[in-house]
Formats: sequence, C-alpha cells, structure tokens
Amino acid sequence: MSRASQDQPRVMSRAEAEALAKRVLAFATATETRVSIVNGVRGNTRFAVNQVSTAGDNADTTIVVRSVVGKKVGSATTNRVDDAGLKAVVESSERLAKLSPDDVELMPELGPQQYREGLGWSDRTAALDPAGRAAGVRLITDQAKSAGLVSTGYLETRATAQAIANSKGLFAYTRDTSVALTTTVRNEEGTGSGWAGSTSSDWGEIEPAALGARAVDKARRSTPASAIEPGRYTVILEPTAVGNLVQLILGATSARNADEGRSFFTKQGGGNKIGSKVIDERVSLVSDPFDRQTPGSPFTGDGLPTDRVVWIENGVVRNLNYDRYWAEKQGKQPTGVSGGGFGFSGVLKMSGGNETLESMIAGCQRGLLVTRFWYIRPVDPRTILYTGLTRDGTFLIENGKITRAVRNLRFNESPIFMLNNIEAMGAPVRVSSSESGSPGSSVVVPPLRVRDFNFTSLSEAV
Amino acid sequence: MSPSRREFLRTTSAAAAAGLALGITGRADAAELSSRLIAPSPGDAVLNDLLLRALDAAKSAGAQYADARISLNRTQNIFTRENRVAGLSDNETFGIGVRVLVEGAWGFVATSNLEPDSVARVARQAVAQAKANRAPGQRPVVLAPAPGNQRGTWRSEAKVDPFTIPIEDKVQLLLSVNAIALKNPQARFVNSSMFFLKDEKSYANTEGTLVSQTIIRSQPSVTVTAVSKDFTDFQSRQSNDIAPMGRGYEHVTENKLEENVVRWADEAVQKLSAKPVEVGRYDLVLHPNHLWLTIHESIAHPTELDRAMGYEANYAGTSFVFPPDKVLGSLKFGSPLLNVRGDRSQPGSLAACGWDDDGVQPDEFDVIKDGIFVDYQTTREQALWLDSYYKKAGKPTRSHGCSYAQSWSDVQFQRMPNISLLPGDKDLGWNDLISATDRGIAIIGDGSFSIDQQRFNAQFGGQLFYEIRGGKIVGMLKDVAYQIRTPDFWANLDMLGGPKSYELGGAFNDGKGQPSQSNAVSHGCVPTRHRQINVINTGRQA
Repeated sequence: MSRASQDQPRVMSRAEAEALAKRVLAFATATETRVSIVNGVRGNTRFAVNQVSTAGDNADTTIVVRSVVGKKVGSATTNRVDDAGLKAVVESSERLAKLSPDDVELMPELGPQQYREGLGWSDRTAALDPAGRAAGVRLITDQAKSAGLVSTGYLETRATAQAIANSKGLFAYTRDTSVALTTTVRNEEGTGSGWAGSTSSDWGEIEPAALGARAVDKARRSTPASAIEPGRYTVILEPTAVGNLVQLILGATSARNADEGRSFFTKQGGGNKIGSKVIDERVSLVSDPFDRQTPGSPFTGDGLPTDRVVWIENGVVRNLNYDRYWAEKQGKQPTGVSGGGFGFSGVLKMSGGNETLESMIAGCQRGLLVTRFWYIRPVDPRTILYTGLTRDGTFLIENGKITRAVRNLRFNESPIFMLNNIEAMGAPVRVSSSESGSPGSSVVVPPLRVRDFNFTSLSEAV
Repeated sequence: MSPSRREFLRTTSAAAAAGLALGITGRADAAELSSRLIAPSPGDAVLNDLLLRALDAAKSAGAQYADARISLNRTQNIFTRENRVAGLSDNETFGIGVRVLVEGAWGFVATSNLEPDSVARVARQAVAQAKANRAPGQRPVVLAPAPGNQRGTWRSEAKVDPFTIPIEDKVQLLLSVNAIALKNPQARFVNSSMFFLKDEKSYANTEGTLVSQTIIRSQPSVTVTAVSKDFTDFQSRQSNDIAPMGRGYEHVTENKLEENVVRWADEAVQKLSAKPVEVGRYDLVLHPNHLWLTIHESIAHPTELDRAMGYEANYAGTSFVFPPDKVLGSLKFGSPLLNVRGDRSQPGSLAACGWDDDGVQPDEFDVIKDGIFVDYQTTREQALWLDSYYKKAGKPTRSHGCSYAQSWSDVQFQRMPNISLLPGDKDLGWNDLISATDRGIAIIGDGSFSIDQQRFNAQFGGQLFYEIRGGKIVGMLKDVAYQIRTPDFWANLDMLGGPKSYELGGAFNDGKGQPSQSNAVSHGCVPTRHRQINVINTGRQA
C-alpha cells in the first residue's frame, strides 16, 4: 500500500467490534438488549464528459440499540462511539421502550449461535484508494475520448464490518467488501448510448478496460435508432436485464403477506402457494450466502444464522420468507435469509441453460435484444407487475442476426409471466442489478430468450 | 482556472479566515470539545472552530477553495400495524464533510470522528484526493461569483418541534387511527407511521461565509388494505393526500388523521368493486395531490442543468431539454397556460432553506414562462455555463442556490428546489374542471410512476380514479394508468385552477446521483385538465 493509504481508515476487527458491543451492553438496564454495529469505509469516483467529476471517501460507525423492557420494545441509533454517546443511545432506546405499549408479537432474543464464515471479503477491494479508483476510471474515459465519444460513469467501493451482540451472550461478526463499476457512453449529438457494468466483492475481478470497450461498441452500434411499433415481442435479455426483473420476485416472498391475502403468493380461497407450480419447470431460484458466486451475510438482522434457501425449485414454490414470529405462529421454521420481509434484497441465483447470447440470437426469427431496464416501478402487486423502460442498447433481431438499433420501449410486465414464457437460457453470471450503480446484493442470472414480452409504448429517449 | 480567478480566491480566503477567527473565543481543548459535542446547537462556537480547522488544513495543503459542513441529523420513526407498534426508533448521525477545489478539480472526504486532528486529516485527504482526480488537460471547475461573508441562522417555519412531543402521544394517535380504520369490516389491514427529521447544519467556506440552519420535516402516513372475501383481489388506499412538509408537529394535528381514516378505509373497500377501466383516450382532470408527482418527473427533473449537460447520464439520465443554447428562451414546453417557477422559500415547503450547500442564498426564478422554457436549476459550478445566455437575456449570472447534500457524509451537487406550477388567472377549482368535462377520468393521489432517462415517456397511476360523464362523477374505476409524451401532455393542458386551489405536494426521498442521494422537495400546483391522454388497463390475471 502507498504511504497515503496508511492514512486511510480500515474496518473494525472482530475483537474491536466485540469490545465496542460490550461497552454498549454495559450501559443497559433493560430486560433484553441487542446492539447492532455497522462500521464501514466507502469510496466513490464519478466521471462525466470523459473526466472525473466528483469523488467521495467517508468512514462511519453506526450503532443500533434495541431494548426490551418487560414486553415493550424501543430502538435508537447513533454514530457517536465515545462513552457519553453510547450511554445516551442506550438511555434513549430504553426510554422509548418504556413509553411504548406491550408488543403482542414480541420474540425473545436468541442465545449464542454458531455461524459460518462469510465469503465476501477482498483485500484488493479494501485497499483501493482514490488514486487507484481514478486510474481505473481513466481506462474507460481514455477509450471513449479516443473514439470521439462521451463517457459517464461510477466506481464505488465498500468495506464493511457488521456485528450483533445481545444480553443473552449472542455475538456475531462478519466483514465484507463490494465494488461496482458502471459506464454509459454516448455520442456527442446525444443520439446514441451504450452501457456496461460489473460488480463483485473483489476489485481484481472487475475489468475496467473491457467494460469501456463494451460500452463504446454498444454506443457506436446504437445509432441510428429507428422506431418500431410497441406490442408483444420475443426478447433476448442480457443477464443485467434479467437480473433487473427476476430479483423483484424476492421482494414478494413474505409468507405473512401471502397468508394474509395480499401477495402474488396468496392462493385463491386462502393460504399460500407453497407446493404450487408458478413458473417454467427449468427455473430454480436460490439464495445461498455461502455460494462463492453469491456471497452474503452469515446472519440475519436478529442474529439467526443464514442458510441456503430454495424459493422456487423447477418452477414449484418451495419456501416463502417466514420471520421468527410468523414462523412460530404457523408452526414453521424461520427462514434464515438476510434482510427478510418488505424490501428484501438478499442474494439470488437463478438456474440457466446451455445456450449463449450468440446462439439465442441465431435462433431468433424476429425479436429485440435488450441491454438493461430502467425506472422499474411496481404497478400491481397482485401479479408482481412492474413498468419500466429499455435503455442504452436496444436492437432488432431479424432472421438470426442483429439488423439495426431501435428506439427504447416501455414495458408493463411481470417476472412471473416472463419466466413462464422462456424459450432459451444461457449460463448464469453475476450482474450489476441495482439501477443506481451501487454494489447491491449478489445476483447471478442467465441471459434469456422469452416470447410475448409486453411493450406498451415507444420512447424517444436515448 | 485563470490567474486572476486564483488570485481572487487566495485573497478572499485569507480575508475570510481572518474574519471567521474573530468570531470565535479561543480554541476548545479536547475534553471541552467532547462534552460540548454531546448537544451542540447550530452556531455553537465549538462547531465553528472545527469548521475553521478544516478550512485552514485544506488551504495549508494546497486548496484554492474549500467548504465544510457539520450536520447533526436526528430522525424519529414510528411504524404501527393494526394494534401493534412494529417499530419505534430515534436516530442520529453526526459528522463533517470537507470539500476542496485544487486547480479546478474537486475532492471530498467525510468522517464521523470530530476530534480536531481527525477533522484536519480529512481536509488533507480531500486535497490529496482532488490531486488524484485531476488529469492533464481537463476542463477546470470554476465557481460563479457569489456574495461571500454570509452570516446568520435560518430555521424551518415549524410551530411545534416534533421532538418535543411525547412518544406516547404519537403512538396513541396512530393506534387510535388503526382501530378506527378496522371498524370497517372489509378493511383487513392498516399500517400507519410518523416520520420526523431535524437537521442542524453549520456551513463555512473560504470566502468568509459561516451560517447555521435548522431544518425540520414531518410526514404522517396511513395505508389501509382491503381483501376480497375469496382472496382473489386486494386493494390499498395510501393517505398521500397528506404531503410530507417542512413543518413541525402541527402538520400531524392539523391533518386530523382520526377523521380522515374513515374515508381512506371506505375508499380502499370501494376499490375492490370499482369498474376496470376501458383502454382509450380520455380527458384527465388531475388533483394537485396527484399532479405534483407528474410535475416532479416531467418538468422538474428535465430542467436540471447537470442532467442536460450529461453529468447524470449513467443513472438519473440526461434531458430532452437540450442543448441549452438551442432551447433556452425558445423551447415550447407546453400550453401558454403553463407557468413554472423554482424557489426555496415557500413557507412549509420541503426544499426551503436560508442558504444552499454552496453557501448561496437561493432566489426565485422562472423555469417556464407562458409555455416557453426560460431557465435551468443551477449551482455555483453550473451558472457560468449559461453566462452568454444570461448576458443576452439581461439576467445576472448567478447560482439559483440548488446545491444540496443529503448528509455530512455525501458531497453536495445540483438538486431541485421547489418547482411549482403557478395558478391560472380565473377563479376555478377542482369541481369546476369536472363540471366542464364531458368524458374523462378524475385522478386523486399519486401512485405508480416511471419515466424514461430523458423525461419524454412517462406512466403514472394514482390512488383513486373516477369516471366523468357529462360533467359529473358517475363511478369509481380501477387498474388505471396513463402514458404521456411530456411536451404533448403539457401542450394538451387546457384548463387550470386559480389561486385558491393551490396546494403543496412533495417527496421526502427523491433519488439522484451516484451514490444515490435523497432530496426532499415540494411542488405547488393547482388542478389541471389535459385533453385526450392515453389510458391503459394494468390489471392482469396471474
């Protein structure tokens, strides 16, 4: 590491996190207390019009205290780690708990648990400093400049230590890193645009020059773009586009919502769809934080060890997401997935097939090739129906060949319908699936060819 | 950067530092610092001292310009469902962010460690980062002139600080609202919540500005869900006719949640038996509590100058309002009835402030005048990009004060101020627009929303949809969404409400930038009518 990086903050070790947690718990007087620590170092470099525009580095430690007084629960958060700050946050949490009514769904804190080691740490990512980020970015901006094009993009790194401790002796610790690099290359007239992006735990797996080359190539081929009629099309979705949509299914896996009648996974007449076939039998959806392709946290927010969860196996629903309360009420085991319930953003791997993007194009009479989707928003939770648009590389395929660039289109479609209309699947790969370009959860999905994808209007946007 | 400009910064910085130091009674020692940082108030000398240390360290390390922001940001969340408090938390985050300009390149570093040595260290790191960011031959950042030596304090117009209201009162109100909703037998579920924010920010820059502000925001929210007896349908009604506001607890009490929830529950149940819409073209009558979001997406975002110049192309997108020299003063954005203004001063609005995060006092400015686009939203970095247009138009070349960062840990950039549709001349209201419409749909409340990256093609849902026939509402519709092409939609505006029908809507968490930052912004507007808009039916069978 360079001399400058000795000045760079690093994340807490297990021993440091445990010591901090003990200092917090020492102030506690409640029946039960849980402390959750997130300590992180983040760095980012943005580039626009072929040069670095802004960058940012920050270091922070967030401490969340959850107090149970009798059957009353309160919580408080701070980022002050001196004794006065820690005492104040415990007092604040306990004060809120005392003023709260009894929690009719209260679950006792867990005792000590056994956890596996998380797989998501990379020294190379943790060591990447502002100069290293700027050098990576220039591998893209220089190419775009030479090609007479305009690159914009974003590189973000995170190194995070997380710990949970409670008054019953539970202690969990993990640390991980993540990095994402995305770029959009446009022509100066604003009539063409191409995107490429990649994410990993390990900076060494990101290839800035290759990403730059892909985005430059797409931008060149994206013009002139002609208008086509909206309607139902066979589409070949690059893995990023598949990830954009398939991960939305995980957001709808709450068992409680299904049992309460307000979910796609609600069964007609009552109950849920566990055991029912809902998508093509070639498709399985799995969250496994200990798969090297989809590293995730070894524990949930309440300290439960995580495990491999099969949501859908060969098209059939095998599991929904049960939190500890709903599991007990329904006589089920709680689901060990990190970030359960609403806003679920766990790791995800989808099964694939033997085709390649090229063979899928060659086997397509008439269809559209989609690079990615954007501004994806829910329309109807009854069918997991979303709307959004294609962006930064949409092409017409005729008689097995890409023939021309086309204007972007708006879809109104559900990943459930999409996964019932599969014609072909390729090999699953890790994708940058968050719209914002920040490193999200690990999502590994294949490219797909799908029939009858529902486009409802045309967009002039480039 | 030109030599004269650099010289200007150097001299004003030195003068500013001298001036700032006069306002401070000696440097605090570490122990004093630690105790006073437990409950600092904006303008506290100890905070000013830290800001100065950061600026001094940045200049010593070679920065030509620097600014520093310390923020103590408190939030309170209360979530309930049915008879249960599902979440109750008080949160605070406290830290400093230091931004520097070194030979025309930005650097920014932030930390939650407010020890004096740590503050000086991040300032030096920001300078080192700026040097790493700089490349040979790059275009330098040049800041438009702005008045230096700004001093003062500013506070949101909140009558009641929400953090002074006992938590029991808030919990009791929400649980009472839930119980009232559940008296409707078909209303199966109810979620209610309150969210409060108090951000105490101190800002200083090397041009002598030192200001502090207290920003307060409040949002009560209720969602009632009805489920059909055979479990084949469910419908929700969100209370988004109550907008988030830059107001205090009075915003909760004045909105009478216990009275309104009876209606929200009824409406959720009615939605179960509403008639699915027939696709086609309709005249739309849009309520202000719906329209604010359409304005936000189709007018406010495309008139951000960084988007138009390509700076946000990788995520938020670019703009159809481009290129500036071809569209300023000439692009027909919509009907001559369309007048849109930017401000950060409307009382109770979410974007209101005394100074932006460049230390600039925002002004009020026209964005669209009689249907013609006339100005973008700008920061100090951006205003000079429009210098020749401003000179030609006889306007001053100044920032409109649109710089904002969501927290101490994020770098500031251009964010939208309140962007509002001005009322029409005639004294018309919601009912007048409905009476004047022969075949249409009236839409209340915001719902699903999505728009392309240049802000041409958008799709919007809503909370409630009513069929209009012969000037009267004849029944409720469901599964409605309308699709627009922005300039056509605003060209088809043919009626709008008068001053009495003006309301503020708004968003607490508008996302933009990488990493994505949240901005809170209000949009004032009146009811409008738009002729012959394309409506689709979003209901499908699983």
